[in-house]
Amino acid sequence: MSCSAAAECCCSEPNGNKSNNGRVTWEGCSVLLDINDGDRLVFARLSPAAKLKIGNKNCSLQPLIGTPFGSLFQLDGTSLSPFIPSPQADATNNEEIKDDGQPNVESRDNRELVDNNTAQTLTGEDIEAMRRQGAGGNEIIEALIANSATYEKKTAFSQEKYRRKKQKKYAPKVLMRRPVARSICEAYFKKYPSKIGFLRVDTLSLLLSMANVSAISDILVVDMISGLLTGAVAERLGGTGFVCNSYLGQSPYSMDIVRIFNFSDEICKRILRCPISDLLSSKESPEQILQVADVNDVCNVETQSNDPMGVTANTDEISHSSGNDISDLGAENENIPVIRACKATKAGEKAPQETIDSWKENGFSSLLIAAPEMDIWPLVRDVLPLLSNSAPFAIYHQYLQPLATCMHNLQLAKMAIGLQLSEPWLREYQVLTSRTHPSMQMSAFGGYILTGTRICSSSN
Amino acid sequence: IIVPCDFVERFLRTFKMLAVDPAKKLSFNRLISNGDLVIVYERHDNMKAVTVSESTVLQNRFGVFKDSEWIGKPFGSKVFSNKGGFVYLLAPTPELWTLVLSHRTQILYIADISFVIMYLEVVPGCLVLETGTGSGSLTTSLARAVAPTGHVHTFDFHEQRAGSARDDFERTGLSSLISVRARDIQGEGFPSEFAGLADAVFLDLPQPWLAIPSAAKMLKQDGTLCSFSPCVEQVQRSCETLQNSFT
Repeated sequence: MSCSAAAECCCSEPNGNKSNNGRVTWEGCSVLLDINDGDRLVFARLSPAAKLKIGNKNCSLQPLIGTPFGSLFQLDGTSLSPFIPSPQADATNNEEIKDDGQPNVESRDNRELVDNNTAQTLTGEDIEAMRRQGAGGNEIIEALIANSATYEKKTAFSQEKYRRKKQKKYAPKVLMRRPVARSICEAYFKKYPSKIGFLRVDTLSLLLSMANVSAISDILVVDMISGLLTGAVAERLGGTGFVCNSYLGQSPYSMDIVRIFNFSDEICKRILRCPISDLLSSKESPEQILQVADVNDVCNVETQSNDPMGVTANTDEISHSSGNDISDLGAENENIPVIRACKATKAGEKAPQETIDSWKENGFSSLLIAAPEMDIWPLVRDVLPLLSNSAPFAIYHQYLQPLATCMHNLQLAKMAIGLQLSEPWLREYQVLTSRTHPSMQMSAFGGYILTGTRICSSSN
Repeated sequence: IIVPCDFVERFLRTFKMLAVDPAKKLSFNRLISNGDLVIVYERHDNMKAVTVSESTVLQNRFGVFKDSEWIGKPFGSKVFSNKGGFVYLLAPTPELWTLVLSHRTQILYIADISFVIMYLEVVPGCLVLETGTGSGSLTTSLARAVAPTGHVHTFDFHEQRAGSARDDFERTGLSSLISVRARDIQGEGFPSEFAGLADAVFLDLPQPWLAIPSAAKMLKQDGTLCSFSPCVEQVQRSCETLQNSFT
């Protein structure tokens, strides 16, 4: 079994004058705020008025605007300020632990610890008083440690754990992450998995790979998971080719999540929508013209009410349990999906007829489906012929049976080869010196993927 | 230098792995040509890469297949041998390539490859540094992820294997996206010419912690690093070294 460690570089020295390239935040951009090392994940849109509630403090997100993605901030008092970790502190910590050698040389343990709440002599009021006198988070933490009767008797690891726990409460850290397919999927899987059909990040990555998603391709997508799949595909297209977000019937599915990606206009233009019936039919249907008219009419009304809603959404959003920016908009969207297409800066325009014609002429390079509520086989049977010869496809479903049925039928009809049903498996580990072990909780359920390659129909 | 017309035409029409030129995209109208790379599919666990030419033949348990009979057929076609057996001819993709390439070293497979590319946040236009190249399995997928405007610089300390990888990338039509260099990254670090320019760095080394400080210098702010190790002890040691300049 192989393991890998993935990390993001937060070098504090600026690496010369590189062009922005989307690596520095701007007013109005979406960010993913990672509070206290993954304890809490919040999407936010940066504006001078935007705020984040941490504990019982409401801090402004203004200091985050114009800083590079990946910057770390610490809440000191009531405001967020840039935090630059000191390498030495961590190094000595590790040194001590290494010098202690094996765990059995450590002589301390918890045999004398009694949990009667008398260990800490500093009270809540004392801490408040310190704060009023301007004490920073770190000073409070040191004071708590100094006033703890049991601290010295703890093992080195236990002391480190205690210190980290106090840090999270009195000097919380906020990591400002760039919203990309990976971070968005992880955050949604943790907080609102039902909105993305319980699609786990490793499953999403397999879908993108197995369907050979790459630049200069025309990719057909049936996305009923709020646009996460569409966004991930568009990201890999990088402003070339097209992703056709198609749908059964006449109402497009929600594509809320696409907005969070901070896509440039170039990439947004590549995200088009089209009803499946249009792709399958041989002539233009009158319904299309009506739909275009609807979008235009509704658009004007929507833009006027946008801004006030944007600001209130930001301030409302941040508490854990209550609705947040994303879910509020999501709820609206279910009723009138067509409005969203207009608000979302050009992503999701109706595909023009000549593009549809070229797709019919050349076929799509690949097909991806993430439709949790759908019966898979009838859908695949209809859209697979739209794929070019030898084009790969990847279908995600939460449950095995619909995919098994589909696989069986594809084999019978000889429509595809290389059929494979996969179940992705992902285990996260805590990796620390002498303390490496799997995390206590693990997702056992990332769904299933059916993949294969379309073969040339024998009718030639 | 004047190049003969028909040579240029043949070169442009050759189908390799990625449609770096939109005209070479996979499509209903695209037919197999002389010089194309195809994946011969016998069974899901039995496939082979063949560069089609007028004169070569393929022999397997199903009989003898003449490559020349494949020319002009669409990809995805079923083709028959002299004995009536058949195989399918598929267009190459990085996934299929990983399953058919010749192993000079242990390779990464799809599950890990897809995960690495997701976590490295590789998109078109990225500059990626990779070491060791090995048999080029991951490299091929990285090239797909950065195409058409990005680039992959891959390093391997074994001169001969670096050469074989280079040959493979020629064969799959990816040489414009991948540069292979023989260099010992563990010992010497990455070349300073890339400092501050890399969007992503991937390490598949026996002692990655030796290369991590150099990797940190290569990365842009918010750039990503991934280190792949078969043993948890290696992962532990790598993580300790990571603490200084990574989140």
